[in-house]
Formats: sequence, structure tokens, C-alpha cells
Amino acid sequence: MAFKPTRRFFIWSGLAAGALVVGYALTPFSTLDRARRIAGKGEAMLTAWVRIAPDNTVTVIVPHAEMGQGVHTSLPMMLAEELDADWSLVRMEQAPADIAFANGALARGFLTGDMSIPSFLSGSTDFLMRKASEFMNLQITGGSMSIRTTGIFGMRRTGAAAKAMLIKAAADTWNVPEAEIVAAKSVLSHPASGKRATYGEMAPLAADYDAPVDAPLKAKKDYTIVGTPAARFDIPAKVDGSAVYGIDVRLPGMLFAAVAQSPVFGGKLKSVDDAPALAMRGVKKVLKLEDAVVVIADNTWRARAALAMLEPVWDEGPGAAHSSASILAGMDAALGKAEAGNDWSSDYDEGDAPKAVAAAPRTIEATYRLPYLAHATMEPMNATAWLKDGKLELWGGFQDGLGVRAVAAEVAGMSADDITIHHTFMGGGFGRRAYSPMLPGNKPNDVRFAIAASRAMNAPVQCAFSREEDMTQDFYRDASVARLKAGLDANGRITGFIHAFAERHDPPEATHIAYDVPDRVARFVTGTNPIPWGPWRSVDHTQHGFFIESFIDELAFAARQDPLAFRLAHLGNAPRHRAVLEKVGQMAGWTTPAPAGRARGVAMREAFGTILAQVAEVSIGDDGRARVHRMWSAVDPGEVINPATFKAQIVGGAIYGLTAALYGGITIEKGRVVEQNFPDYEMVRMTEAPHHEVAFIESGAKTGGGGEPGTAPVAAAVGNAIYALTGQRIRELPFRKFDLKTGGQIARAG
Amino acid sequence: MTDLIVNGKVHAVDVEDDMPLLWALRDVLNLTGTKYGCGVAACGACTVHIDGVPTRSCSIPASAVAGQQIVTIEGLKTGDTLHKVQKAWIEAQAPQCGYCQSGQIMAAVALLNETPNPTDDEIDAAMTNICRCGSYAEIRAAIHIAATSV
Repeated sequence: MAFKPTRRFFIWSGLAAGALVVGYALTPFSTLDRARRIAGKGEAMLTAWVRIAPDNTVTVIVPHAEMGQGVHTSLPMMLAEELDADWSLVRMEQAPADIAFANGALARGFLTGDMSIPSFLSGSTDFLMRKASEFMNLQITGGSMSIRTTGIFGMRRTGAAAKAMLIKAAADTWNVPEAEIVAAKSVLSHPASGKRATYGEMAPLAADYDAPVDAPLKAKKDYTIVGTPAARFDIPAKVDGSAVYGIDVRLPGMLFAAVAQSPVFGGKLKSVDDAPALAMRGVKKVLKLEDAVVVIADNTWRARAALAMLEPVWDEGPGAAHSSASILAGMDAALGKAEAGNDWSSDYDEGDAPKAVAAAPRTIEATYRLPYLAHATMEPMNATAWLKDGKLELWGGFQDGLGVRAVAAEVAGMSADDITIHHTFMGGGFGRRAYSPMLPGNKPNDVRFAIAASRAMNAPVQCAFSREEDMTQDFYRDASVARLKAGLDANGRITGFIHAFAERHDPPEATHIAYDVPDRVARFVTGTNPIPWGPWRSVDHTQHGFFIESFIDELAFAARQDPLAFRLAHLGNAPRHRAVLEKVGQMAGWTTPAPAGRARGVAMREAFGTILAQVAEVSIGDDGRARVHRMWSAVDPGEVINPATFKAQIVGGAIYGLTAALYGGITIEKGRVVEQNFPDYEMVRMTEAPHHEVAFIESGAKTGGGGEPGTAPVAAAVGNAIYALTGQRIRELPFRKFDLKTGGQIARAG
Repeated sequence: MTDLIVNGKVHAVDVEDDMPLLWALRDVLNLTGTKYGCGVAACGACTVHIDGVPTRSCSIPASAVAGQQIVTIEGLKTGDTLHKVQKAWIEAQAPQCGYCQSGQIMAAVALLNETPNPTDDEIDAAMTNICRCGSYAEIRAAIHIAATSV
């Protein structure tokens, strides 16, 4: 085993059970000690990024969780590329939740290293990157960050280091210069002498060499794996029912828990008569917790049926006073107060926007409103816990393995060292499954109840929420209000831009505008949201994508300019933004009329390092609802690792955003969530899924994320198309609230 | 006791008359490939075949289908050979998170049994299951692939 320090990172290597293992250590000694401690018998070092075995298979250890984004495949692609491995010999293993696999330090390297931070973020930083620097032990799958940190800093360098060691070993063994060795498709060869060995054959010898920290990375033009639509490793198990999600975990003697939490956020359990439940078949126990009733039975159905027999009495507390209407009114009032007292926080404040707007010959202003949204992952929240002999084992799909271990330690009152996390597949994440100290709003209640139930029963217990519990006990994308105001000069140029809004989370880039407006301000008030908040796919971009790109469209029409041309005219200093807009215009045939009865709208976003422009083509049905027939996205993520999975993320992300735009709305009444299940929280289904074409522009800029950007501009693109078609500017979502045939923006019930 | 014939095997299960088939499959027979999504027949994640008819197993009591032929996602294979629809799902790389896909595949198999070469409109009409990841285009592509394969 050997490792070499550099300023920021270590690469280490060794021989384990005949396999060459090469890892990329993040914090030097503590991490290595840790890795040693969890090594298996006879294995010097179990944890590693890559293992090359005598049979020539290459196993890449991936520290991130798979939730459908394809990271279990795209990260190995990045390592295999630098290793020049034979892709057919590459396997994947998910790393345990252990500090040795944290990517927090990688994220910090991203921040403090030589990677350039976009100028508009100077003084601030990318949301998760910044949080990551606060939590060194992060193992987060979120923020569209896996490729950008683990991939670029870990996978590539480790693959290159392993290849360099193999080449050195071959050169010494064959007594030829390193430069004459060819490494390709998991085979080392020396053409002049005809000598040849597989990576697996050379691996034991290669382990004697130091892992270089500065092995050269391949040029993009030489890539043979990255950039190809490689088949995902996780798919075969997902077509025959064998893939295990958290809710599928089955253990000997396992019991099942059903839960009812206080329907009002913050409420407490006053009393409950548990006799009716205890009288039912299979019921083992009823737990009366501070904020919930938990029924434990020998199967899920019996637990739920027994729970339904109970009539818990809640002390609802002050939360019962809240409603969506009162919360939005509170946001309006807070904005008015900030305006009156000129008392704001701001994301950016350049020039003198209020002065520029006041001096403009024309002033345009508009107020937008958005509702709460639930995540509604297909797999309702669940966790399985087994507390035994002072140790806790947890099974489930978690977006942050180390984070959930930390919060479980707190819940269970145990040391994190006594907790083992078993990762399963996630039936959707979208931010909901991110339990982490960095997201205190995301309460790990399924984990908490599972632990409490296991402790009470001295047995493994699975706590799975019903759909209704999942939907009414989420941590929600928050409702918000935005007041936008801009000045237009006689030539139709924006002279000043004021974006004022209630509630802000992250990332701060979400309020950025790439448009050339010297005098601009994004300012906000907080403290107006009493409902639990959590990150929801693309986080604040979901709001600001709609606010800003709808309002820019308003400005374009006010200036009597084509919305796409208007945007381009304001992007003189933003070539990448121009490129995606021009590209999407070509794809959509923007300059040719839409088919009869339809119109197109455009919107653009820069999110998580990726820039994309979207066009939606919309008609209005006889029911007065908008129908999106086609979409086009032009996407510049810098580079594309796996075009198939990236495209699926853009298209799927757009459907996630489209569902929210057309239907999404969580309503608060008397402090509780009104919507219970899919019948009243509608989803876009196949018949409404637009035909969506995606094109990538690989500008070579810093690699951007893929999971979230596709969600961000959809609502604005659709709203802008509705305006182009009907002349109705809808400033409040979801669109289904409006009968778009009446021409009068008549809000209707339900 | 209720005799459930699941994937060709008879299981005598001791469950209440009102226990939905879904939970008998998942929690009694440990056939977890069939998923719980909503419990109210709205999402389709729990779709199985009952005498060949695609059925949302969360909303039909196990006792009501005693003696009928129940096929779940685990029963689609012939030996180790995947059903052509499963193969098509892999070829189209349809799943993302994958949680809804058992139900989607069962719905697609039933569609293709009835309509061997469906149009997009016929696919849309038959495939009403929710996919929260938005894999609809790949699912539709997979159905077309399956329709033209043997």
C-alpha cells in the first residue's frame, strides 16, 4: 500500500485478495484508517474506487445511490474511460455509507480548487457545494452533483492512476520503455516485442507501484466509452421484479408498522384508545409517540387496517391557524413591508435598479404566485430498522447514506459507528429521500418510527407510509410570491430589472439572469413559510424559472418583439445562452407558424451548471385545459457522459415540471394538507406526455448537472405558449385552475 | 384458507376476506415485484394479470380471485428466458427509478396480447399507469419494439 499526498487529495493503492485496488482518499489519514478497519478478512483494503481482479473484471465502487438517474453506470464509465478498460468487463458495486466514500471533500475541492466559479456566483457559491464545505462527511446524491464531484475528481483520476501503475508494471516486467506500452480494452501490449498481458494478469505486480496523483487524463477526442449511450447496470433487475427497493426488504421475523402523524404540522398526540386496534388479528402493539400513532402488526395490511380503526385526538397547536390563502397573504404583506421600509436581503444588487426602472419611458410590472408542491415519489417513504445488541441496521433508499446515518444516530441515541446502512434502490428521490444534517427540514420520520418500533418489538420492523401519509407529511416545495418590475426604453431594451420575492432557499444562482441589464436587483423576504420545507427537484429554480422567464416574455410582448429574438438581443455577453436559444429555435422551427390551434412558448434556464432552452407547443382542449403536444430542449452541460441517461433526465425532468405546471398544487387548510392521493394530486400520464426532442451542445465548459435542469423552465415555456395562443397571461400555477377557453382567466374550483 | 394460483403455483393463504391481493402477494407470499403506489387503483404500480386481464391488485380482495390464474411480474419469464416485453424494456432502456415498471410491463403484456401491433393512440389509451420519472417515451418505444419481435 502506498499513498502520495498532494495539496488537496491522496490516491492510494494496494493488493487485496489478488486484486489491484486503487482509491482516491479525501481526507488523508483518518479516511485511510477507516478504510482499513472495514476491510474484509484477507483483504488489505476493501474500500476503493476500483478493483481489478485476476479474471480481468474491473469493479467500480460508486458512492452514490441510484434513483433512476443512471449514476451507477455513468460514474463507472468515467473511470473505465481513463483506465482504458474493456467496458464489457466493467462491474459496479455501491459503496457502504462510510466516510471513506464521502464526496464532501470533493465538493470542497471543487469550491476551493482551480475550478472556476461562475462570475455571478462570486461572493456566494453553488448551494450544495457551499453546504458540502460545511459538512465534510457528506455522501449526498443530489444537487445534480455526482458527476460533477465524484466523477470528475474521483473517478477520472483514479482510473488514470490505475492505468499508469499497470503500464509501469508492464514496462518493468518486460524491460521496455513505458512509452512503448499500449493500454487498451483491459489489455497491455508491447507491439514491438509482441508481449501482451491482461490488466488482471498484471494487477498483482502493479500493486507494488505508487499510485501517481498526476497521471495524465485522456483528451476528449480519444474517448471510447464516455459519450456513448451505454446500457445501464441497474435495468435488468428492474424488468423482472427482482430489484429490491426499501419497501421490498424482507427479514426473518420482520414486522410491519403503519403510522398516523399529527395532520397539523407541529401538532401533538393528546390521546388515543388503542383497544380497537389491539383487538384485531395480527396486531402486536400500538405505540403512542409524541406526534404520531404507530400500529405494529405481522403484515402491512393488518397494520393499516388496525390504524384506520383508531381515532387519535390531537393537540393541533398554533399550526392549525394556517391556510394557503393566509400564507400567501402573509407573503404579500411581508413584501409590502420590505418595499415600504426598503428593508431587503438580496442575491445580487448591481447598479441602481429602482432608479433605472423609475427613469424608463415604460415600466412593466407583474405579480406571480405559486402553490406548495409534494414530491410524490412512486415508492412512498419507508425504512426498515433492526435494533439488536446495541447495534442498529437500517435498510432503505437514501439520497445521503452518511447523512441518514448521522440523523439515525441522533434519533436512536447511539454512536454512528454502531449503525449500518444497507442501501436499496430508490423508487424516486427528487429531494424527498435526502436525510442529512444539512437539510434539517427533511425530518427522517419513517426512519424514526421504524427505530422506535424495532426497539419496542425487539425485532426488525418496516415502517412504510401509506400514499396519503406520504402526501400529507412531506416537506414541500414552498408556496411563493414574486413581484417583478422592469423598465423598457424606446428601443425595447430592458433598462432595469427588479425581482422581489417571498421565500428563498437555494441555490442563489436561481435568481440569476443572463440578460444584459446593468441595473438589476434580486431581493427577498424570508420567514413567511410555516410549512415544512425540503428541496424539490431543481429547488428554487422551480419558482424562479417560472417567475423570470414568464416576465421576460411579458417584456418581449410589451416591446413588440419576438420572445426568442428579444432574449437573444439581450444576450450579447452570453454566447452559451445564445447558442442554446438559437439551437432550440432551429429545432422547433420557431420562425415558421405552429400548426393550426397551437402556439409555441420559449424559456431558458441556467441551473446546476447546465444551460438549457426549451420550447413547448401548446393547444387548448375543449375542457379549457392546456395540452402540451411537443417540446424541444437544447442543452449545454459542458460535456455529456452518457447521452442516453442524460436525455432521459432532461425529458423526465421536464415531465416532472410539466406535472407541477399543469396540475401541481398542495393546499393548506386549517394547518393540514388537503390533497391525499393521486386522484386529487394529478400526474401527467403517457397520453399527456409531449413528444420531446433533445439536442446537446458540448461547449467544453465545466461539466454541469443533469438531474434537475430539465424541470426548471417548463412552466414558463408552457405559460408563454398559452399567452401566445390565447392572450391570457397566467401568473399563478397550476394552469388547471383556469378555464383557458373562456378568455377571462376565470379561476375555477378543483 | 384461500387458494391463490400465482404464476402457476397454488398457495393456500390464511388471510382476511378483505385483504387486497396486493398485500397477500407482497407480505404473505413475499412476491415483492408487484408494487404499492396508491392503494386506490389510481397509479397502476400494482398491476397483475387475473385470468389474463390486467388488474390493479391493491383494490381487489385476494378472496375474490381464489382459483383464478394470477400472473405477477415474477411469473413472466419462461425458465430463465425473459418475456419479449421484458427484453424490449431492456433494449429501450425504459426504467429510470424502476418502481412503476412492474406494473407498466404487466399492462403492456396485456395490451399486446389483445392488440399485437398497437398504434401510439392505442398505447396511450391502454397505458394509464403513472411514472413519476417520466419514462413514457421509452415505454412507448419498448412496446413498439416488443410488438415487432418474436
